[in-house]
Amino acid sequence: MLRRLFAFNGGVKPPTHKSSSTRAAIATLPLPPELVIPLHQSIGGTPRPLVRAGQHVLKGQLIGAADGNISAAIHASTSGRVVAVEARVMAHASGLSTLCVVIAPDGEDAWVECRPVPWRSLPGDQVRDLLRDAGIVGLGGAVFPSHLKLKPGPGSRGSSKGGLRHLVINGAECEPFITCDDMQMREQANAILAGATIMGELLGAEEILVGIEDNKPEAVAAMQAASGRLGERGGRIQIVAVPTRYPAGGAKQLIRVLTGIEVPHGERSTDYGVQCFNTGTVFAIHEALEKGRPLLSRIVTVAGNVERPGNYEVLFGTPMDYVVARAGPKPDTDRFIMGGPMMGYAMPSRQVPVVKATNCILVGSPALFPPPAPEMPCIRCGECAKACPADLQPFEMYWHSRAKSFGKAQEYHLFDCIECGCCTYVCPSHIPLVDYFRFAKSEIWAREREKDSADAARDRYEFRQHREEREKEERAARLAAKAAATKARIGIDPSAGGADTDDQALIAAAIRRTQSATTDLPPAGESGT
Amino acid sequence: MIAAILVMALGAVVLGAALGYAAVRFRVEGDPLVEKIDAILPQTQCGQCGFPGCKPYATAIAKGEAEINQCPPGGEEGIRKLADLLGREAKPLSAEHGVEKPKSVAVIDENLCIGCTLCIQACPVDAIVGAAKQMHTVVDSLCTGCELCLPPCPVDCIAMVPIAETVETWKWRYPVIPIKPRQKVA
Repeated sequence: MLRRLFAFNGGVKPPTHKSSSTRAAIATLPLPPELVIPLHQSIGGTPRPLVRAGQHVLKGQLIGAADGNISAAIHASTSGRVVAVEARVMAHASGLSTLCVVIAPDGEDAWVECRPVPWRSLPGDQVRDLLRDAGIVGLGGAVFPSHLKLKPGPGSRGSSKGGLRHLVINGAECEPFITCDDMQMREQANAILAGATIMGELLGAEEILVGIEDNKPEAVAAMQAASGRLGERGGRIQIVAVPTRYPAGGAKQLIRVLTGIEVPHGERSTDYGVQCFNTGTVFAIHEALEKGRPLLSRIVTVAGNVERPGNYEVLFGTPMDYVVARAGPKPDTDRFIMGGPMMGYAMPSRQVPVVKATNCILVGSPALFPPPAPEMPCIRCGECAKACPADLQPFEMYWHSRAKSFGKAQEYHLFDCIECGCCTYVCPSHIPLVDYFRFAKSEIWAREREKDSADAARDRYEFRQHREEREKEERAARLAAKAAATKARIGIDPSAGGADTDDQALIAAAIRRTQSATTDLPPAGESGT
Repeated sequence: MIAAILVMALGAVVLGAALGYAAVRFRVEGDPLVEKIDAILPQTQCGQCGFPGCKPYATAIAKGEAEINQCPPGGEEGIRKLADLLGREAKPLSAEHGVEKPKSVAVIDENLCIGCTLCIQACPVDAIVGAAKQMHTVVDSLCTGCELCLPPCPVDCIAMVPIAETVETWKWRYPVIPIKPRQKVA
């Protein structure tokens, strides 16, 4: 069955370095002496901690509750005692600390009770809430909460029914060195396709397309065999080998290749009847719904400067050096990179924990990843624009980001940049273009935050002034009303007569009051007898 | 001759009427320049500029009654933006109005607070909650760091604490090329 494929513009073909880490099967690790589980592991709100130091937790127990709908819950990866809930260095380029739950495993790995979810009979909203509370996020690297993407669009364009036209399962895995999705497709193809079927039903998808780069023939074969085993039920599923070209695994690029749909700037793919999920995410959704198990571990590729590159199933919170020690790091190792050589970044410490976003720990050495050549001036050759898979003009964005004129950079659609690194890869002047784009993006976000808080402060200040004004008026009105009431009580018509007669009447009334008061009171000398 | 005068007079009347109509019809409420300046000011409402709030300072700048370098919370960057907007020369922050400090929030030492409500009355953005003879506290997400609550406090229980950088607010640094001296070849 041949399917017409499309192409995206640009892209590069770096050496893939994938064969060395696919020789051995996915290995499991013994329990590490300590698990450090950061509470903030996905896009959105930071989950609230639900445990205290000293408490005993079971494997799969909820330890961080999702904060609002754009967030995902966090669970204990194994059973044990909570040693501390404290700030630890995070697997993030900043090297800053975030709140983590530190667990000392008790070695028993005892599960909480897991019940399969009867997702067929539950309303969609409830299934999505369950997935949020199972901590399911996109495991391709973006860690976007998956339940938010599992909403069928309102009558998608070009679709005969209300649901989705294409559900794209992303097994392209285009980044060099990384093989975790490849190995998972080889070994757990049945579960992945079962998950894809569930998601197809949740989304009302007409067809399910699994896109796999054609440099992974074993994965394609395994998935096709699993699809054949599904028989009639697998009729909607198509396993498609796509040409190997970085970044074919970008969501927008894979959608383009498989369906020819180009999602325009600022719009969502659901509006075009297409949605994209990573194979690891699909597997996690299957585990969560069919077995009731929350997301506790993921497949991590350890590659680069190690003796035995391979894939491991790693519990979240496992220190990276503990994982790498299994693969035998070579002595000249100088850094750990989370992600691949194109998009990954160096970790601030070797003890940072594996988190939901860790698809690969790339072990670096000066020989393997030499320091970048010195940056030279931009010669405006346009190579970056040719390589850009998002159809941007990186040299223009670079110019404006470098000059810190962020408004101009945004005019060139800086926020459509997916930071794939193709421009940096092809630049003959060795300009770290993506670094400039990341700098400009975070600077623009910071300014937006500042502007929002300034606007809020202005509103509150103006409201306070308005309130003070109103209170003053109300007080004046109250005093006037009281004065009018007093006048009415002592028998003066407030509307009659001028100020003089008013005053005279008031004085007369006061004199009368005093006189009556003195006659009522007993004489001063007799008081108390 | 008279025809020419009449034509010119008629023209003047017609144009005058058109201008008069336009002045009424397209009247701009408020001063748009003040709004633009106010949008640049940081809205701390601290009064360090010598005016009672950001809006009065913006009005004074628009009228040419104040310099653009009197806002310490806005800092050098605020001065630069104002200079760009107004076509004036950027100048360093005026020392008499204060110095640029890292962005901070007020924190009340709740063990010392006597519940006098003076800070609540001083806060320009209603960021302090509390009641008479009850402990007060600052809502840190609303605090602008204006320091106006510090002087009225009779027990000096309010401190300014700089805001720490978190993973959410962290910014990628400007790419710089590390310059290292060339290693000597032995």
